[in-house]
Amino acid sequence: MSYMNKSIKELHEALKNGEVTSKDLIKESLEKSHKLQEKCNAFVTILDDAKETEVTDSLLSGIPYGIKDNYSTKGILSTGSSNTLRDYVPFFTATAIKNLESQGAVAVNKTVLDEFGMGGTGTTGHTGTVKNPWDRSRMCAGSSAGSAAAVAAGVYPYATGSDTGDSIRKPAAYCGIVGYKPTYGMISRYGLFPFASSLDHCGVLARSVEDAAIVTDAMKGIDKNDMTTWDSKDVHLLEALTGKVKGKRLCYIKELCDIKNYPNATSELKEHLENFNKTLELCKSLGMEVTEESVDSTLLNASPSVYVVISCAEATSNMSNLTGFIFGPRGEGDSWDESMKNYRTKGFSPLIKRRFVIGSYVLQAQNKDRYFHNAQRVRRLLVDKWKELFKKYDAVILPVSTGPAKPLEGSKDILDKNESALEEHLQIGNYGGFPSITIPNGFINNLPVGVNITGNCYDDENVLNIAYALEKEMPYKNQIAKERVYE
Amino acid sequence: MNNYQVLIGLEMHCEISETNSKVFSGASNSYSDVPNSNVRPIDMAFPGVLPVVNKEAVRKALMASIILGCKQPEYIYFERKNYYYPDLPKGFQITQETKPAPVGIYGKLDFECDGEMKSVRINNLHLEEDAAANEHLPSGTLVNYNRAGVPLLELVTEPDLHSADEAVAFLETMRSIYQYAGISEADSKKGQIRCDVNVSIMDKDLDASNPDNWGIKVEIKNVNSFGGVRDAINYEIKRQIELKEDGKYDEMPQQTRRWDEESGTTIFMRGKVDAIDYKYFVEPNIPKYKVSDEWLKNIKQDIPRLAHERKEEYINEYGISSYDAGVLVKEKAISDFFEETINLGADAKSASNWVTTNLLGHLNKMELTINEAKLTPEHLAELIKMVEDKEISSQQAKGVFTESLETGKSPKQIAADKGLKQITDTGEITKIVNEVLDENPNIIEQYKNGKTAMVNYLVGQVMKKTGGKANPGLARDIMSTEIEKR
Repeated sequence: MSYMNKSIKELHEALKNGEVTSKDLIKESLEKSHKLQEKCNAFVTILDDAKETEVTDSLLSGIPYGIKDNYSTKGILSTGSSNTLRDYVPFFTATAIKNLESQGAVAVNKTVLDEFGMGGTGTTGHTGTVKNPWDRSRMCAGSSAGSAAAVAAGVYPYATGSDTGDSIRKPAAYCGIVGYKPTYGMISRYGLFPFASSLDHCGVLARSVEDAAIVTDAMKGIDKNDMTTWDSKDVHLLEALTGKVKGKRLCYIKELCDIKNYPNATSELKEHLENFNKTLELCKSLGMEVTEESVDSTLLNASPSVYVVISCAEATSNMSNLTGFIFGPRGEGDSWDESMKNYRTKGFSPLIKRRFVIGSYVLQAQNKDRYFHNAQRVRRLLVDKWKELFKKYDAVILPVSTGPAKPLEGSKDILDKNESALEEHLQIGNYGGFPSITIPNGFINNLPVGVNITGNCYDDENVLNIAYALEKEMPYKNQIAKERVYE
Repeated sequence: MNNYQVLIGLEMHCEISETNSKVFSGASNSYSDVPNSNVRPIDMAFPGVLPVVNKEAVRKALMASIILGCKQPEYIYFERKNYYYPDLPKGFQITQETKPAPVGIYGKLDFECDGEMKSVRINNLHLEEDAAANEHLPSGTLVNYNRAGVPLLELVTEPDLHSADEAVAFLETMRSIYQYAGISEADSKKGQIRCDVNVSIMDKDLDASNPDNWGIKVEIKNVNSFGGVRDAINYEIKRQIELKEDGKYDEMPQQTRRWDEESGTTIFMRGKVDAIDYKYFVEPNIPKYKVSDEWLKNIKQDIPRLAHERKEEYINEYGISSYDAGVLVKEKAISDFFEETINLGADAKSASNWVTTNLLGHLNKMELTINEAKLTPEHLAELIKMVEDKEISSQQAKGVFTESLETGKSPKQIAADKGLKQITDTGEITKIVNEVLDENPNIIEQYKNGKTAMVNYLVGQVMKKTGGKANPGLARDIMSTEIEKR
């Protein structure tokens, strides 16, 4: 009997009525972790000594889950999937993880990410490429690649993620699961290894909107250690899932969704957009109003560059603490600067170093206004535009990416490519700190694809409820990756 | 020297010592002899730590801004100043820049230098975090993170100072402000004050108010005492004048130099072209914070009386001389001691006399600070009262004072132990006066012949007979009466 493919409420019930114990669940989850590790390389660390917890009224008690390896966990190796921290064992636990612990949740592994979250492929972690459990020749996307693979493969019902551009929401789409990042500041970032602080969000990958709501209810809360958190004690995500969405107003952006804008579209992209239109019809059938809106494509097309400039600038500063002196493997050298240089040169992958160079360049006095300040201005314009939409609509609904998971072979990193606005529009959710959720909405070539719903700041309950109602109308809730990874 | 005028600007860093915790960290903000004992994860930049602003540090910084007549910002922002050094584990310092505005811009401070009032414009005042302290040893360098994250106020002046004396007088005034306002102990021995000094010279006949006429700016870093500031400025003026006279001044690049205390010289560090690009940007982990008018009003009301205010009060309300009032307010601890003594009921003038002459004299002689001395304001007030009540003579009081200062015993206790008691009984004094008169018939003779000053000798004899215990005023009065009877 397998339990790890069940929902949190089902598991809680089974634990409560004594059908199964926390110990049994942990055992199953660990076994599946090891099997998935062989096939998909999703974990940095598997916690074989994970201990069962008492089953209480808390829905998460006794149930295993996974932690992205850029969350600081006391006494447990936390690498950020980087060689620079390959031996780092923190002495404090991230607030979000502490909150889960206090609900009795049991961590069973630490999942692989793109090095420090700086990538969208799941291929740049120091332990190697993460493969998509639906098709191991495909990527999971990133950076929460290991978390997405493990949840999709039924290792446990949920795993934590972090999202700076789309790092929760795109892997969720590629792996056929739910990925949710709440409003900026709802979940404390204390103990999350920073990539770009003004864009970084904590969040969750799960197999249903309901599970995502349960987990976020537990992770969130104001934190005296993170000044950007706000008091969300009146936000009750699980209770908000009524499924009543009649009269809700959605919009989508013509410039991103109209197939006519893509004269060289692949068949995957065509199918993806057609599938998206079917989802819009579904929304209408639920009594929601769906409206096409237009946004200046110059503004939309500027988004990927804005992202590169701001995220690289903040990253180069955030990662200046990685010197190898206080933590991390110390570099060789006769002087402190030589030792630091060796540590960083050897420790970081070429991709990250390139981002540091970009980040440094755009912050230099002679370039700062042209690049960094302009990027901030465009960020503001995009946020203002979306806020304007939120005056008229409950949420913006858009397809995620340009189709299903991309092949690992021949894939290049996104920084390197001329990505279209469609591929990267989820960044706007990070620019504004908007609540944003991806749910699976179909299959193309037997691979899952996703749709995203993004709302205004602090309107998480509304956004989740819309996703919840839509999810109900589709057959993808609680789906497990079809490839037989456990045999 | 006489052919040139000197322009000096100062960057004064002063740690805010009077907060419980550091500026962005929960670690204790206290001076500790044990290295690396006041440290939290953020002070060592472990991955995932975040800064949390200490509101009390901001309040104190705003108070300094108000005192200096600066403009306060509508919102508080912090910025990252990015550079690598082992004493800066995050790889950046959280500080403030001029845009967006720091806690204070464009202020002015009047101060006294050699009895003359001077004025210096403040360009800006900003709040930042201190770096860790490095101790360079032959075997390597040790880093002490106790200092990392201690709140630091950096004050930047316009180049309105014109001599080492003026610079030092300004710094002393600032130190007094920080101490009196309860912002900092401002103790350079604890490394709480550090200065960078900008010095340039220009021809005397040019107009200094026009920046085009200014000379080449030389910045001297790492000057950690007021004496060092004086020496560094004087050395640098001399060095630059020599370059002028040798015709080499114009070849000198704008530069940063380092003050070397041991050799008493400044040493070249880097030219302008090698200036570091700090790649400032707004710290994203600290949301902008609104400075309400209400808050500023409250801070303004909370500003304690500063040295010059106390001085005026001493002169106007207590009739203390301007000189003595100046001595009393020079150190806050002394002024506090004086005020406490008065608050215990002591006469202000007496208290002032005791403090400015006896107390400070002893402290100087014994090289003690007032906090180290065992005498308390209670003791001094008691002593003043004893003299007032004629319990002991002022002569006796001096001895009691010294003993109280050294032992910490109360003056009453000392007087009792020593059996000191002034004789104020007129009967007893009359008896002794007549004894003295009986023993000195020739003096009476001289007195009667017009040498009235001989009374002094006779009173002296009375004091001698009583071992100084007789009340001198009474003894004189009685002597004058009794001698007339003869």
